[in-house]
Amino acid sequence: MITDSMYQELILEHYKHPQGKGLREPYDAEVHHVNPTCGDEITLRVKVGEGGKVEDVSYEGQGCSISQAAASVLHELATGSTVEETLAVVEEFTRLMQGRGQVQPNEDVLGDAVAFAGVAKFPARVKCALLSWMAYKDAVVRSVGA
Amino acid sequence: MAGLRSEGARDELPRDEGSRRLAGAPSRARGASPIDTEKVREDFPVLSRELPGGRPLVYLDSGNSSQKPFQVIDTMREHLARHYGNVGRAMHVLGSESTEAYEAARDKVAAFIGAPSRDEVIFTKNASEALNLVAYSFGNPAADDPRFRLGPGDEIVISEMEHHSNIVPWQMLVQRTGATLKWFGVTDEGRLDLADGVITERTKIVSIAHQSNVLGTVNPVAEVVALARRAGALVMLDASQSVPHHPVNVAELGADFIAFTGHKMVGPSGIGVLWGRRELLEAMPPFLGGGEMIEAVWMDHSTYAPVPHKFEAGTPPIVEAIGLGAAVDYLNGVGMEAVEAHERALTAYALEALKEVPSLRIIGPQSPEGRGATLSFTLEGIHPHDVGQILDDRFGIAVRVGHHCARPLHLRFGIPATTRASLYLYNTTGEIDALVRGLHHVQKVFA
Repeated sequence: MITDSMYQELILEHYKHPQGKGLREPYDAEVHHVNPTCGDEITLRVKVGEGGKVEDVSYEGQGCSISQAAASVLHELATGSTVEETLAVVEEFTRLMQGRGQVQPNEDVLGDAVAFAGVAKFPARVKCALLSWMAYKDAVVRSVGA
Repeated sequence: MAGLRSEGARDELPRDEGSRRLAGAPSRARGASPIDTEKVREDFPVLSRELPGGRPLVYLDSGNSSQKPFQVIDTMREHLARHYGNVGRAMHVLGSESTEAYEAARDKVAAFIGAPSRDEVIFTKNASEALNLVAYSFGNPAADDPRFRLGPGDEIVISEMEHHSNIVPWQMLVQRTGATLKWFGVTDEGRLDLADGVITERTKIVSIAHQSNVLGTVNPVAEVVALARRAGALVMLDASQSVPHHPVNVAELGADFIAFTGHKMVGPSGIGVLWGRRELLEAMPPFLGGGEMIEAVWMDHSTYAPVPHKFEAGTPPIVEAIGLGAAVDYLNGVGMEAVEAHERALTAYALEALKEVPSLRIIGPQSPEGRGATLSFTLEGIHPHDVGQILDDRFGIAVRVGHHCARPLHLRFGIPATTRASLYLYNTTGEIDALVRGLHHVQKVFA
């Protein structure tokens, strides 16, 4: 069945045990993004330190397993990397999600986020996976600009 | 209809090997339904189709939109193939055949809802348009009837359980006119809270759902009408979820307007109905201007056609109206009392069955009295989108997930979304069993 490829064990694990959840201080920028069609929402904070290093991505939100797990994976991937590196991951993740299941993901860039490849076949769920990542992109642009 | 399978196919639903059989399921009371569901299902071609992967379809989303019997499909196809012409204006055989069929559909709808006059049935494109039509009649300088005058200090009353289509048009109206929007709350049990002081002598119209599209609650229309009459206010009912499922007689209801839509009552989409008391419809200004809604046109002004045509500007959804007429014939053939009794039995069965699912919380009345066959619920710790996705993808069970165009109601219950199973004349207790099995599987995935 199709959902078996969508609800990967890794996604379910992140949903049940979200990493880095909760809003923390200090932060440079905070954003609030919503998905009006399904009501999913996320508040996300970013702290960028010396040398453009992402020191923390903290978040609070509600939504389906895909949107919550995506935020958790994002936290793991982004924290400790440079802004430049994380934006490359966001770009690759977006390319994968918008590829209608036809895109071959670059695992070296995506790491655990490759588990979301199955979501790309469900246009209605792509927005769920992208919610926190778009929020992150928005927040990081604001923190670097600040 | 060759090639159609009976509902027996349900027994071949893929079962999750690991999940236990429901001990109580076989002995669950089935209630008395007067409908031969197997026979009814043969009339709906889509119900026997297979989904990718060989899953049978379990369609539990009729509150969203119902499926169509071949009687409706064939009537529409036949009309398009052999009769189609524009209505009310073409002076040829096809035009007169189309006009005859279109107006016959109006007669059928009028009889179906017990309208005192066929001219009180206005065809719109959906229930939303019917609600907007009435909302735009208020505070319109073109109308001089005091009942439709609206300005600061005047009030409009709705409820917290409304579909967005019975909220937003009234919000837009108060923005245009400076009037005030008020509403009845909803009790924890999902009933209308008819608190004192909501309807006042300033109230111009009360517009509420006849049956909630989320809770299933059937509202006490007589009480609302009595309160409104005392205040001198008009009453409109959003009957989108009641007309398809219960015998509805507008004369007995006592409301001034009702709105409903074809696609939820085994008819096509693109056709809706506004019924209104003739004397009010005549006092109202036209809604949309255009072809066929006029009597005479000069360069600087026009006079308007009598109702119903005053409200049917432009070429209407001709074949859709005729399809709605066929849908009415179909429902009459089964009998609306039978449809109602079937759904009551199914609702009682479903409320019992869903109790077997741990941590399932029904949002709405817990007993079958005063409610219809719409069952919305939450599962602790599992988002409805995940529930719906797994039900569909693994079991072919179609439910609706989200806020069902009733976001304020979900806010009232402090939840972002629900999963909703909505039943109709073609649904069976076996399909409810399938839903329960599916929900057990969903819980296993997220355990």
